[in-house]
Amino acid sequence: MPERKKPKLAVFKFSSCDGCQLTLLDCEDELLALVGEVRISYFLEATRKVEKGPYDVSLVEGSITTPHDIKAIREVRRMSKTLVSIGACATAGGIQALRNFGSVKEFIRKVYAHPEYIDTLTTSTAVSDHVSVDFELRGCPINKYQLLEVLNATLNGRRPNIPRHSQCMECKANGVVCRMVAAGEPCLGPVTQAGCGTLCPGVNRACYGCFGPMETPNTASLAAALAAQGRSRDEIQRLFRSFNANSDAFRKEGDSHG
Amino acid sequence: MADTRTIKVEALARVEGEGSLSVKIRDGQVKELRFGIFEPPRFFEAFLKGRDFREVPDITARICGICPIAYMMGAAQAMEDILGLRVTRPIRDLRRLVYCGEWIESHALHVYMLHAPDFLGLADALELAAVDRSLVEKALRLKKIGNDILEVVGGGRAIHPVNLRVGGFYKLPSRKALRALEDDLEWAVETSVATVALVGGFEFPDIQQDYNFMALRHPDEYAIHEGRLVTSQGLDIPVSAFLDHVEEEHVPWSNALHGYAKNGSAHHVGPLARYNLNYDKLSDTARAAAAAAGLGPVVRNPFQSIVVRAVELVQACEDALALVRGYEEPDVAFIETAIRAGEGHGCTEAPRGICYHRYRIDKGGAVLDARIVPPTAQNQKVMELDLAKVVQANLEEADETIKWRAEQAIRNYDPCISCATHFLKLEMERG
Repeated sequence: MPERKKPKLAVFKFSSCDGCQLTLLDCEDELLALVGEVRISYFLEATRKVEKGPYDVSLVEGSITTPHDIKAIREVRRMSKTLVSIGACATAGGIQALRNFGSVKEFIRKVYAHPEYIDTLTTSTAVSDHVSVDFELRGCPINKYQLLEVLNATLNGRRPNIPRHSQCMECKANGVVCRMVAAGEPCLGPVTQAGCGTLCPGVNRACYGCFGPMETPNTASLAAALAAQGRSRDEIQRLFRSFNANSDAFRKEGDSHG
Repeated sequence: MADTRTIKVEALARVEGEGSLSVKIRDGQVKELRFGIFEPPRFFEAFLKGRDFREVPDITARICGICPIAYMMGAAQAMEDILGLRVTRPIRDLRRLVYCGEWIESHALHVYMLHAPDFLGLADALELAAVDRSLVEKALRLKKIGNDILEVVGGGRAIHPVNLRVGGFYKLPSRKALRALEDDLEWAVETSVATVALVGGFEFPDIQQDYNFMALRHPDEYAIHEGRLVTSQGLDIPVSAFLDHVEEEHVPWSNALHGYAKNGSAHHVGPLARYNLNYDKLSDTARAAAAAAGLGPVVRNPFQSIVVRAVELVQACEDALALVRGYEEPDVAFIETAIRAGEGHGCTEAPRGICYHRYRIDKGGAVLDARIVPPTAQNQKVMELDLAKVVQANLEEADETIKWRAEQAIRNYDPCISCATHFLKLEMERG
């Protein structure tokens, strides 16, 4: 009997820390089973074997920060049947999107002795700002079980089951004491998408928003509550300006506290 | 007209980041060799300015998904240095434990999945799994044990853990949760010893380099997260003096600044440096495993770094086991003190070598200035020196062989170009 044709999986990287693609290798218990179901056609962090596209599923990590990136992501889109952007860099521009709020020229001067050698865009942006994306998997980093769910769903032709509700809902469901109410801490849980596994509140600290804005977040209301805690405008702005600073909801809220 | 031959590697695989390689050969001699890094700059030092000092460890973690602990702990130490804050012994031990987790995870990944395939003539660990599935299963279990430590101590995830802070931890792990790692760690010690024997049996190109090694050194232990900086040229300085002795240079072919010693010599950081400078601090088991694999106190062949990494796996697993067994929940998870302005330094041994941090903060705790020198930046110069020697020694070989050897010479350093790589190009001109 001829072997079933396995779907081709590719993993691409743009500006990032490599952590989200590492998440795939961190699926230690599932990795060998997964590679039994797909053909790893392009995944430079793991293999020097490179197969030409088109690919059935492409996972894209990292944000778009150079003129070359813009060309490369279009090529990735052209070669990919399904394109899934993974992580805060690919879905919102990542921490390096903080450049969008400052002068990049000044940034380059601060880090590099010869600014003329550096070729970079003035912004760090999400993959979806440049090409159409079939699914955006959030997180800084992504959660490995959510990654497996997205791969499983995509390979089986269904929509991934990834919740869009807030972290608050998860804390309530898990009986975790509220950091905002009980400890008076500045928490992004009310406006952040669930999915990390309630990590920060689980270790007695407020959510800092790794998973980006939930569906229809009321950031203004949260900002008002933070102000009522006595937080300064600067502190409120910094809260919204971290790993998902360039997501629409967090960018707008952050901008209004300048 | 000289005869010109060009070899290109379109992609360097099994490293973290983005780079390129160009070689020029004239009259059978390597004339110019550049290991370039094109990973786009991310400007951490610039956007840290104005952030609250307490936010810094979580931000710097995002420099590297493979070694976030190095960036979190270096930053936390520097802030503690500014505040004059000394963490308690139990907090210090927990930090060493979580760092052992990062070493185990990172070294197991590199030894088995990124580096070993080179010595076996395979493209990757998946091909290895096709040949010997149980070996790859063992490798994955070993790696997972490292990640388990990171999850238990680091607050639920191995990449960008959430439980580390200036002054210690947000929440102490329970004794029970740590003790649950004991059986796995016993297995990990045995498996690491077997790993040393396995990779010690590989064939290594005979290349000896006269490196100036630099590493942390601690009087009581194989240094991971604290100590003084020492070199094989006899330098012995506190971490705070790092920048008095190391310079960074911006070269046109790399977006990572080149670090080098101010006396002009390239220095080498990472497992080989630590092994050579701290051999006397290795555990008996680690030293015995090294000896059985034919390693004495001095190892100067960069290709044998895979064996040294395995020896360090033994050390990290044994240390982690002892720390887990000795753990009692202390009274406090972290210590705090009043904010004051100042300058501070931090330096730890990331899996790839010393990772240095310096910050200045104002009296309100806002960052005025940040400087971070990652290990791969410091190794760029010695990587180029190795490449020159490897290419020179293989000039008679076919292009494909030279290409692979050159890739291996880079992978010897487990380079992290994110701290780096998706595309490494090898361009070779022969004349």
